[in-house]
Amino acid sequence: MSGLLVLRAGPGMTVQDMGRPGYMEFGLSRGGAMDRLALHEGAALLGHSPRLAAIEMAGIGGEFEAMRDLRIALTGAPMAARIDGAAVAWNACHKLPRGARLTIGSATKGVYGYLSVGGGIDTGIFRGSRSAHLAAGIGAPVAAGQILAVGDDPTPDRVGLGLRPADRLGGGTVRMVAGPQTHLFDSDTLRRFTEEPLRRDNRGNRMGLRLLPDGPGFGSAAGLTILSEIVIPGDIQITGDGTPYVLMAECQTTGGYPRIGTVLPADLPRIAQAAPGTVLRFALVDRAAAIAIERAERARIGKLARQTFPLLRDPATIPDLLSYQLISGVTAGDELEGDRQ
Amino acid sequence: MSSPPSSSPCHLPSTDGRSWPRLAPLGVDGLLVSFGDRLGETANRAALSFRAAVQSAGLQGLAETAASLASVYLRFDPEGFDPAKAEQAVCALLASRDWYGAELPKGRRLWRIPCIFDPALAPQLAEAAQAAGMTVEAAIRSITRTRLRVQTIGFAPGQPYLGELSAEWDIPRQTRLTDRVPVGALCVAIRQMVLFSVSTPTGWRHVGQTAFRAFRPDSDQPFVLRAGDEVLFVPAPAETYPSLCESGPDGGATVEPIA
Repeated sequence: MSGLLVLRAGPGMTVQDMGRPGYMEFGLSRGGAMDRLALHEGAALLGHSPRLAAIEMAGIGGEFEAMRDLRIALTGAPMAARIDGAAVAWNACHKLPRGARLTIGSATKGVYGYLSVGGGIDTGIFRGSRSAHLAAGIGAPVAAGQILAVGDDPTPDRVGLGLRPADRLGGGTVRMVAGPQTHLFDSDTLRRFTEEPLRRDNRGNRMGLRLLPDGPGFGSAAGLTILSEIVIPGDIQITGDGTPYVLMAECQTTGGYPRIGTVLPADLPRIAQAAPGTVLRFALVDRAAAIAIERAERARIGKLARQTFPLLRDPATIPDLLSYQLISGVTAGDELEGDRQ
Repeated sequence: MSSPPSSSPCHLPSTDGRSWPRLAPLGVDGLLVSFGDRLGETANRAALSFRAAVQSAGLQGLAETAASLASVYLRFDPEGFDPAKAEQAVCALLASRDWYGAELPKGRRLWRIPCIFDPALAPQLAEAAQAAGMTVEAAIRSITRTRLRVQTIGFAPGQPYLGELSAEWDIPRQTRLTDRVPVGALCVAIRQMVLFSVSTPTGWRHVGQTAFRAFRPDSDQPFVLRAGDEVLFVPAPAETYPSLCESGPDGGATVEPIA
């Protein structure tokens, strides 16, 4: 089956969808896209289901060729993108005609960029999901020479749309709820944790990422370890030396470090997109507030498709204009939005 | 900002002053029921049987459950999730019986899994035996004569935590991680064994090597072992390892129902 030919792939490129929930009892974490919101945005731009799979690019893009007429959407961390040499906007959907080459560079802000294709990437399904879960040995990275099958495109003519992305690429405040061990941290430690800036360490991947405090670490009465219990994405483990480690999409299912709290799902994209060195701050919210935040986020995501707007000019006919827009800073979505006003 | 966090203890009609089980929120849409803070036979049985009861109780909005060594996680569908109602339902179920006296799950099986203890394939056996105060020969005897039970599946897909070894094996995990153990590695710490389903770094000491695949993503039955199953490791000569590997994902293991 023809689809998208991969000519070149960055090292952290995988096929991802919303993951496979329901297998924690078997030791398999849900996995799925690190920045799920970017999948929703891609689906809104293309007008297809957010459950379809896309290509996740960790910091570095690649080069692709359409084997038939395709549509693409580019979301998440912006990367310089060109179709047959002409720059195209990020946070937008475009035609990728048969034989056209798409090149995607490195992330200019954030970490994870997403290439969605109209009809979805149609690779093999394991337990209801196409997501590679490399830590579990499911799937493999996308590699040069590979042909990725693409599903039937429901609306092949819907192109030239943009979407203003929710701001999440530059760190900032993430909200968390208390969990089973939060009370083992004394009030001073908790206060410091929610007041002091934490810097995203170089160490981090789809399983989790480390945060570095400027000052001392965050010890607790639990000591170094507790009896292993179920852990979930968003859990903030405090490791033996007092350093916070946030579990992400592809985390293990059990863990024995005390957890100071759990990041709200709505704010996980902000953590995922924090590049090394980015400052994050934590705010503790109670459960009722957290539930309200999650509901509001789901409602907002449900309306994304209605918030797409036509790109001012057809990028296929005026490539120079768009390349001019992209030279300065490459947060194309903001610039497009600015153009509108 | 919010009120200070606290554990959210379940007010059970317990009369013996026991502070377990405990109920705490986990994430926005989950609950964690803990039956103890130390690994033990009764807490493990309580967790396994409580999870089975939760599954069959049909709690409203329940999306997923998973047991670990001594606790059970319940995740609810976030749409319409009412934590007070969920906690109330869980508390009622907790109070409905003595979970510590529960029986093991039904349909359990005994697995006999060939295991190589040759130093070339079990690089930390000597070190672990020494930590346990045994000769290597005594260590192998101790491991292979203990009928171990799958206490939980976790950390990695299909990966069993097996217990419990005799008290001499209460040895800590290493402070330094081993860079990588292979799939099928049998590793030990704190009276437990883990039979690795993926190749991964670990702090557990690598004391044996099997050809058993606990996770088989290409199979109709990708997750092979179940909590409650029992395992006997059968010592096998090093030279049989290649043929055990070639014999298929069972690696020469046999299985029979436990009556």
